[in-house]
Amino acid sequence: MSFNINEYYTDISKGDILLAYKGSITSALINEVLEAVEGKLEEENEEGKIRKKLYNVLVESLQNLYHHIEETHDGIDEDLDPKFGILVIEKDGSGDYKVTTGNFVVATKTKFLKEKIDKINSLSKDELKDMYKFILNHQKISAKGGGGLGLVDIARKTGKKMVYNFYPYNDKYVFFNLQIQV
Amino acid sequence: MESLIIDGTTKTPDVNFNSEKGVLEIKGRSIPENSIEFYKPLVDWLEEYAQSPLSKTEVNVHLEYFNTSSSKCILDVFKKLEAIHKNKYDVQINWYYEEDDEDMLEAGEDYESIIRVPFKMIEIVD
Repeated sequence: MSFNINEYYTDISKGDILLAYKGSITSALINEVLEAVEGKLEEENEEGKIRKKLYNVLVESLQNLYHHIEETHDGIDEDLDPKFGILVIEKDGSGDYKVTTGNFVVATKTKFLKEKIDKINSLSKDELKDMYKFILNHQKISAKGGGGLGLVDIARKTGKKMVYNFYPYNDKYVFFNLQIQV
Repeated sequence: MESLIIDGTTKTPDVNFNSEKGVLEIKGRSIPENSIEFYKPLVDWLEEYAQSPLSKTEVNVHLEYFNTSSSKCILDVFKKLEAIHKNKYDVQINWYYEEDDEDMLEAGEDYESIIRVPFKMIEIVD
């Protein structure tokens, strides 16, 4: 097998880590993460502006996971928690934060996700604003609760390009890794 | 009609829609996973209020954070207010944002450009 969850997790949790988690992404877990991060940023006297941006990015990326993660992991060998996801928040050398999320997605969704992120990455600040307003005003909230706005909002707030990888896992699943710089 | 009062939680804001004064307030954080469930009573209340609104309705939105799923519900709330305004009643939305919070100011301006109701952007200085 080419992709190993534990090696991957160890690998992305090496730097100056603010928080690293792997397991079920539940509503209660989201509360805990937000509370913990808020506490740490306060302790470190992080600038209010950065604090808010990071908080917003965390809410959107965790809720993206929460709404879109596969309920069960049929055909995945590892002994994983239901709604399994990974979250790592790291402070890099220049003082920026890097938020990494990881989750299994059905391989057939790869193309859709790639196109969506590529499209968002290609847009200017004003174009992102227009896209956000268009989706806000024209699309209904999906049954899963997501509004299709999360990634657009992240791109708008951070002003940075998102970096992604799809690691082949088996016939049915790929492991989707998303990196966001704040 | 009765006022609508909902106490805030770590993920949902305080709501105080006062039907006697025509003052509606939403204050705090709005980051629930299921925002439709939270906002439905607000939208329903406004629908009833719109039947016989006061001559002037003042709306104070003072959010520290809101998630994208709330953003659509907030738009639904504003659309109800737009309908009241369209019927020649006075409606004013005051959008509060904390000092230097450009993202929150911009979010208010997004709504202002979509909804035909007078907006006032109010910066809160410590």
